[in-house]
Amino acid sequence: MHKLWASTYKEFLLLSRDIGGLAILFVMPLVLVITITLIQDSTFRSINDNKIPILWVDYDKGEVSKNIYDGLAESQSFNIIDKESGSEAKELVFKGKYQLAIVIPANLSSELEKKVNLNVEGLLSKFGLEEETPPSQKSDLERKEVILYFDPATQMAFKNSIKNGIDKMIFKIETQTIYKAFQSQITDDEAEAIFDTESFITFKEITPSIGENEIIPNSVQHNVPAWTLFAIFFIIVPLSINMVKEKSQGTFVRLRTNPVSYLTVLGGKTAIYLAVCLIQFGLMLGIGVYLFPILGLPSLEVSGKIPQLFLVAIFAGLAAIGLGLLLGTIARTQEQSAPFGATFVVILAALGGVWVPVFIMPKFMQTLSNLSPMNWGLNAFYDVFLRDVGLMDLVPELTLLFLFFITTTAISIVYNERKNAV
Amino acid sequence: MIQVSHLSKKYKNNAEYSVVDLDLKIDEGEIFGLLGPNGAGKTTLISMLSSLIKPTSGSFSINGLTFQKNANQLKQLIGIVPQEYALYPTLTAYENLYYLGSMYGLKGKQLKEKINYHLEVLGLEKFSNKKLDTFSGGMKRRVNLIASILHDPKVLFLDEPTVGVDVQSKNVIIENLKKLNAQGTTIIYTSHHLNEAEQFCSKVAIIDHGRIIIEGAPQDLISQYPESHNLEDVFLTLTGKALRDHA
Repeated sequence: MHKLWASTYKEFLLLSRDIGGLAILFVMPLVLVITITLIQDSTFRSINDNKIPILWVDYDKGEVSKNIYDGLAESQSFNIIDKESGSEAKELVFKGKYQLAIVIPANLSSELEKKVNLNVEGLLSKFGLEEETPPSQKSDLERKEVILYFDPATQMAFKNSIKNGIDKMIFKIETQTIYKAFQSQITDDEAEAIFDTESFITFKEITPSIGENEIIPNSVQHNVPAWTLFAIFFIIVPLSINMVKEKSQGTFVRLRTNPVSYLTVLGGKTAIYLAVCLIQFGLMLGIGVYLFPILGLPSLEVSGKIPQLFLVAIFAGLAAIGLGLLLGTIARTQEQSAPFGATFVVILAALGGVWVPVFIMPKFMQTLSNLSPMNWGLNAFYDVFLRDVGLMDLVPELTLLFLFFITTTAISIVYNERKNAV
Repeated sequence: MIQVSHLSKKYKNNAEYSVVDLDLKIDEGEIFGLLGPNGAGKTTLISMLSSLIKPTSGSFSINGLTFQKNANQLKQLIGIVPQEYALYPTLTAYENLYYLGSMYGLKGKQLKEKINYHLEVLGLEKFSNKKLDTFSGGMKRRVNLIASILHDPKVLFLDEPTVGVDVQSKNVIIENLKKLNAQGTTIIYTSHHLNEAEQFCSKVAIIDHGRIIIEGAPQDLISQYPESHNLEDVFLTLTGKALRDHA
């Protein structure tokens, strides 16, 4: 026990003497979480202060274009800039000056009305209520295209949400026009309400709640766990460097001649780096609770969750440390451990769903994602932050994280024993 | 005390053996010098005897113990002063020694007293709270030595303990080693300083190409070669004057 204590104290001294390293360990994760949360906050807000400028070319000047325009304006996501020419708008977008241009074709409103009227008349005539529509009139109508120009650098998710939004608006306008056409055929009194044109089916989002308080996910509750986990796993870089340094300084060779087990050596490192992880985590929570509201971000809601959160942080920290110990055991130089460690954490984060949600990944990547300890940690954090689960519900993820720590540490010990067997 | 039998070592990427079928017996209380040109196999032999590398074949025992059967017991019995400093540069001399002493199971007052005693004997008491990276080469060598003798080893292996140090530091190190030997510690050391070895060692073995080519008390070896005036002459006679650069 005394040897473990001495190893832990030595690690504490080594870390505390490296002021620059300590600053990086504690400050950089904070900078990371603040930056990412500020950037991503807008995507979680219903009212966006930073409107996206888009170009609007209206050759129609009719009711349909007016409805689309109003729909876009109502969304409060866009700053709509009118342009006279489609080619000018196209050029500006393709040069990257704007992300999107919408060109409404000429006569869209009148021809849509004409088409709907024809269809309605045709339908009514089938029921014997109207004269048959002359076939020549049907062929006169050409399909109309609302043209969207996107900056080639625009992300696919943004493109799809715009396309879906406009598609929905056009569909709604078409439906209303059909109702109007029927109304005009059936009655001459425009004020008479024959059809209820309001949507019959609506949807309501039900979110989990604690007591009477609804848990509404916001950027902070998504970002703090994700990027805290990312920072926790980044501990593998300084930890592996610490171990490689011991090899290059010759102290590791000296320790091999001492009557001390490799497990004790690793135990000292585990204790100190776990403490670092927990301090990091505490700072992250502090930032989320106290600093984010000052920066205009939502506050991190942690009341009643602190013990569960620290429990997850302990197990996530252990998993990260296990990986660091393994890397430090195998790597021979800092040139091997540092770039590999950093890149590997980024890969684990990507697989774990830190950047892109796992459910939108391809099937194969979703399967791989199940192997990422960051995925287990992230799920456990989301369970606590967003799903309000009990302690027992965390057991599967915590078990996986602990098994990962045990496995990586055991491999480190076996590798070291085999490599240095006499 | 130390019994080496048919010990050989061949590194993976080397065509030749570094130590070849070596037999050696070192008695208790001896100061035994392993001398030889660069690449002769001295460090390889010491590394095998101190459990740092695995022999390709052969065996050895120290006080009847082997690393295969009594690793921790044996590690407690021996001390190793490696060629490099093998200390933490950002820790103070005291912190380094406290940690390394703890790894031998020393603790509390006993450990503190031992550290202070050795720091004083080796002239470092004023610098005990200074970080190692501010020390000169000679001072680091002395801390390196203390780190290996805190637990009073019965056998002390030293791999070129006086390389790159000033005369004063060298003198203090050698005097201290003599004192340890007088207290019963068997010393096995490698060096390129043949005059030092001639004065210091009770017995030497000249090793070349992984084999012991001669072994005995320094004065006995000198007397075997009438044209030799000192151990260096014997060494050059036996190993030749050609350069022994190797990579």
